[in-house]
Amino acid sequence: MATQASASTSDFIKNLGRMYGTYTGGFIGFILLLAVLEQVGVPNKILGYLFVFFTLAVYAIIGVMTRTAEVSEYYVAGRRVPAFYNGMATGADWMSAASFVGMAGTLFLLGYDGLAWVLGWTGGFVLVSILIGPYLRKFGAYTVPDFLSFRYGGNFARFLGVIVLVACSFTYVTAQIYGTGIIASRFLGMQFELAVFAGLVGILLCAMLGGMRAVTWTQIAQYIVLIIAYLTPIVILSTMKYGLPVPQLTYGQAIADITAREQQMLANGLSTAAALKPHIQPFINYSPLNFFAIIMCMMVGTASLPHILMRYFTTPSVREARQSVAWSLLFIFLLYFSAPAYAAFSKLEVYTNIIGRNLSAIRPWLFSWGELGLIKICGKDASSIDAVIAACKAIADHPGVVRLQDFVINTDVIVLSTPEIAGLPYVISGLVAAGGLAAALSTADGLLLAIANALSHDIYYKMIDPNAPTIRRLTVARALLVGVAVVAAATAATKPADILAMVGWAFSLAMAGNFPALVMGVWWKRTTATGAICGIIAGFGLCLFYLVTTRYFPGAGVKYFGMTSLLNPLTGAPVVDIAKAMALPNAMESFPTLAHPLANKVGWFDLNNIACGLLGAPLGFAVIYIVSKLGREPSAQMQAYVDEIRKPRGRTVLEEKTT
Amino acid sequence: MPDSTSIKQKEDAHWRKTSRLMFTHLAIWFFFGFVIHMFVKPLNNIVIPIVGFPLGFYMAAQGSLIAFVVMLFVFAKQQDKIDREFGFAEED
Repeated sequence: MATQASASTSDFIKNLGRMYGTYTGGFIGFILLLAVLEQVGVPNKILGYLFVFFTLAVYAIIGVMTRTAEVSEYYVAGRRVPAFYNGMATGADWMSAASFVGMAGTLFLLGYDGLAWVLGWTGGFVLVSILIGPYLRKFGAYTVPDFLSFRYGGNFARFLGVIVLVACSFTYVTAQIYGTGIIASRFLGMQFELAVFAGLVGILLCAMLGGMRAVTWTQIAQYIVLIIAYLTPIVILSTMKYGLPVPQLTYGQAIADITAREQQMLANGLSTAAALKPHIQPFINYSPLNFFAIIMCMMVGTASLPHILMRYFTTPSVREARQSVAWSLLFIFLLYFSAPAYAAFSKLEVYTNIIGRNLSAIRPWLFSWGELGLIKICGKDASSIDAVIAACKAIADHPGVVRLQDFVINTDVIVLSTPEIAGLPYVISGLVAAGGLAAALSTADGLLLAIANALSHDIYYKMIDPNAPTIRRLTVARALLVGVAVVAAATAATKPADILAMVGWAFSLAMAGNFPALVMGVWWKRTTATGAICGIIAGFGLCLFYLVTTRYFPGAGVKYFGMTSLLNPLTGAPVVDIAKAMALPNAMESFPTLAHPLANKVGWFDLNNIACGLLGAPLGFAVIYIVSKLGREPSAQMQAYVDEIRKPRGRTVLEEKTT
Repeated sequence: MPDSTSIKQKEDAHWRKTSRLMFTHLAIWFFFGFVIHMFVKPLNNIVIPIVGFPLGFYMAAQGSLIAFVVMLFVFAKQQDKIDREFGFAEED
């Protein structure tokens, strides 16, 4: 029986290349088929639906086919996902709706300063590989709190680990479901709430029956869709404009053109010096401190996020875990080093074909986005030429051509509109929508699984009922998965205002809560349970305090905690006059809207609250070190376990009951 | 069966080498993640021939990313070599 199972497994692994090769070919064939359908006159709306439902159906079929009733399959995919494929799955796990849709837009708006996110969301994998991931794989955990509990004396440390995990994963998963709603509603004209619900069903079909095993094999399929969708439009655009299908090289020319055009716009009075933010000039949106703080927090946060770390629990060996991190970053790199090309091409288009144009000669691609309120010219939605002309006439002394300060674009539009800018057929737009959905769904799957596994494995099985039989454990795991998903979807449907900022917060919270305890647990044998527990509480607590105070109780932060205004990175002047704001009647208001003069605009040392991990993590390290030094050194047995974790050879330290 | 002191010695030597490798890569990571971008303004005065990128911008948009990817593949090889040297690697 056992040999039969392992024989069929190795067949399965051997056939992976052929299976996913066929799948990729099938997907490309499907795109071509839709392209033909478009030519014979099938309406765009139908094509969009076909794209979304076909891809969702494929994910669901994979999810159902890979269902499992085994605990180790459910939690760690049986630990036999080859490095290369795990790298692809991690790529999809990692790249969210924000990476796919938002990143290029951020780069468009912020220019060089936006690259802090590109750097921060890639470099962290170096830390995963050299400091944490492979050691956790050797340890043999199912979840990150598993390790904390074992290394730091039991369920209290486990419970803290679960709190950190839920704090950083829940808002993140809500943002993904929100992202599926946005994409589906924009492309298919579905109602937002309905789109959220459809996304939820897609996520559940993938994750519920097969846990980690199903999520792994669907994430690979999703990676293939998302990378084809991201690269296709920009490769075509690059070939059309520069005759070379490598946008990552050709956008150097676009950047030179942008810089030249910026000077020209200033000279022609098409832009004021205040409205123009030169694309390659550093540190005009973030001060150097905040630029590097964001890089640090995103990198260290990467190495602390449970849904990423747990992907490396699924490889067959420690060696493959390390190789797998390298593959992951390679697959992620393919998207991230293309995002600045999107930004540059879009910016060049806007600067040359919109700014400086006579109002009546604006290119028509932007009106469909204007109708959705995503592009504004002269302060009004740019829904048609007449609307634009009327809006600009209302402005005194308007020269009749679009000036830079007249033009406002929502960052999501950059990637989504590129096919239209290039004049490509609708099928490419549909492809981009399918890619954005794949990115959002795959990340949501990984996050949901991380949360549900922490609740079912750590809270239910380890803390409430350690004798639960397998069937009940898996039933509880699935019920919790559905429960968490429904709560997240319900939260997303209310369109919470802070949702996108919260994704950034998740990295800082993970960094402050997890990183010191995980690193010290492996790299310093002398770390004691008390030290780690105090360190997690102190580091996570400080980070959370800084976030909550600066965002939700800014008045109290100024009054009681000596916070001052953040500074304008360009001029060094305070962004808000604290004395004046504190004199307002609503100064001490709690949970104010973002319109509140102080919300997100106060802090210590001019540190943006998104980088609060930079306060929490060093405090965590210091507390762990000092408290550990004060206590007795860990038992010889525990130190021997740490030695075991450091050697790839041999059995895992933690042996789970699997049946 | 080797005695426990020789295992201990091997473990210590293995960990010393592993730590050294870790610090080396950490230093390279810090260089490409932070140090080089502190010099973005002077670097932007250099323009890469043919493709036309200002070097400072290029390092943040692509150069450092390429360095990270290469580092990870090299690190996986190097750490595996250390593990094999001390007999702590897994069977192939």
